[in-house]
Amino acid sequence: MKTVIEILTEIRPEFDFTASRDFIADGMLDSFDLVTLVAALDKNWGISIQGTDIVPENFQNLQTIEGLLRKSGAKP
Amino acid sequence: MNFTFRGKRISGVLVVVPANERSFVEEMRNFNFPEGRSLKLKEVMGYDKRRIVEPGVCVSDLAVFGLQHLFAQGLLKREEIDALLLVTQTADHFMPATSSLIQGRLGLKQDMLCLDINQACAGFVIGLMQAFMLLEQESVNKVVLVNADVLSRKASPKDRNIYPMIGDGASITIVERDTADSVIQASVKMDGSRASALTIPAGGLRLPSSPETARLEDVGDNNLRAKDHVFMDGSAIFNFVQTEVPPLIENLLKRAGVSSSEVDYFLCHQPNRFMLEKLADKMKVPHARMPNNVVEHFGNSGSVTIPTVMAYNLRERLLREQLQVCLAGFGGGLAWSAMLLKVGKLAFNKIIEYK
Repeated sequence: MKTVIEILTEIRPEFDFTASRDFIADGMLDSFDLVTLVAALDKNWGISIQGTDIVPENFQNLQTIEGLLRKSGAKP
Repeated sequence: MNFTFRGKRISGVLVVVPANERSFVEEMRNFNFPEGRSLKLKEVMGYDKRRIVEPGVCVSDLAVFGLQHLFAQGLLKREEIDALLLVTQTADHFMPATSSLIQGRLGLKQDMLCLDINQACAGFVIGLMQAFMLLEQESVNKVVLVNADVLSRKASPKDRNIYPMIGDGASITIVERDTADSVIQASVKMDGSRASALTIPAGGLRLPSSPETARLEDVGDNNLRAKDHVFMDGSAIFNFVQTEVPPLIENLLKRAGVSSSEVDYFLCHQPNRFMLEKLADKMKVPHARMPNNVVEHFGNSGSVTIPTVMAYNLRERLLREQLQVCLAGFGGGLAWSAMLLKVGKLAFNKIIEYK
């Protein structure tokens, strides 16, 4: 199973996701990256993140993404 | 708003798609993005092949082609058509109504009603509702509902937000009375306060087209678009669909006293695979009962996508048997609509190519 950082880095290898506190404000993830990210998280943890939870504030940093995963039934 | 109709049915469906097929892999070089990211998007959204018109082809061309095919095949007679409804967002002209142009080109009788309806992706259900209402009149026995759009002509090839998913096409749905006492339930909601989420800013009287509105602008995320082009706030539309559509359908089923498991298929508008999978998951509907493959074969052709799902995925079944289906459309307006009805045994249900 991959880690969230590994998944993020596969999507945008040019960025260091450990060095940012706000991936959205820092321009590291656009709206299509979020779609790709959700599909990858779903597949990795065998879950389906609710469509209504696909909002930028849930993808700001590692903590918010892990919180979303827990809410969706995964154990990151 | 809720509606109930009795004794009406769909008797045939014909979809017309342009022969001109485009491939996402070939077109992705137009976008200012790394290939790897575009390919990931292709996999998730289901972008692959789509059909768009050649330059100069209009909605009336697709509609006339389809209706002539039905006349030639003996599936419809000119004199039977008491009303011609056209649902489109891409009319041939401001004036006159494109439905009147279709009537004139086909030499249809004068004793009939032609009506254009300006609706987008919710427009198949809304068009059916109008057809059912007309059939309450004794003088109306057969309504031809045409859904058609050529939105590719208003999309920027440099806008990855919308260009890869746009398809063009037309559908012709024959609607008439049912000798069985069938009951059809429908619900529609509208929210014009969110209209700017899906719009073509220029080209109307509010902001006429000019060299300025035709100029490509950098609109962020490496996309280039002019005010003459269609704009979609993808995130807003996605959230709108996920928030508004499930309760609309749940309330419709509840009102009809039908459980979700009793619905054979949920035939939804087809914006992209990801959005439909998320919608199905939210509604706890197995993906197989909510087909999502139209965008990958034909693109998103607005209100034409629901009849395309019927003709592409359920062609044989709807010819030989009756299925209980829930239709759902959602998009520009904003508008969202759903209808629960039985469809089949259709006289015809097929896709033809416009050449």
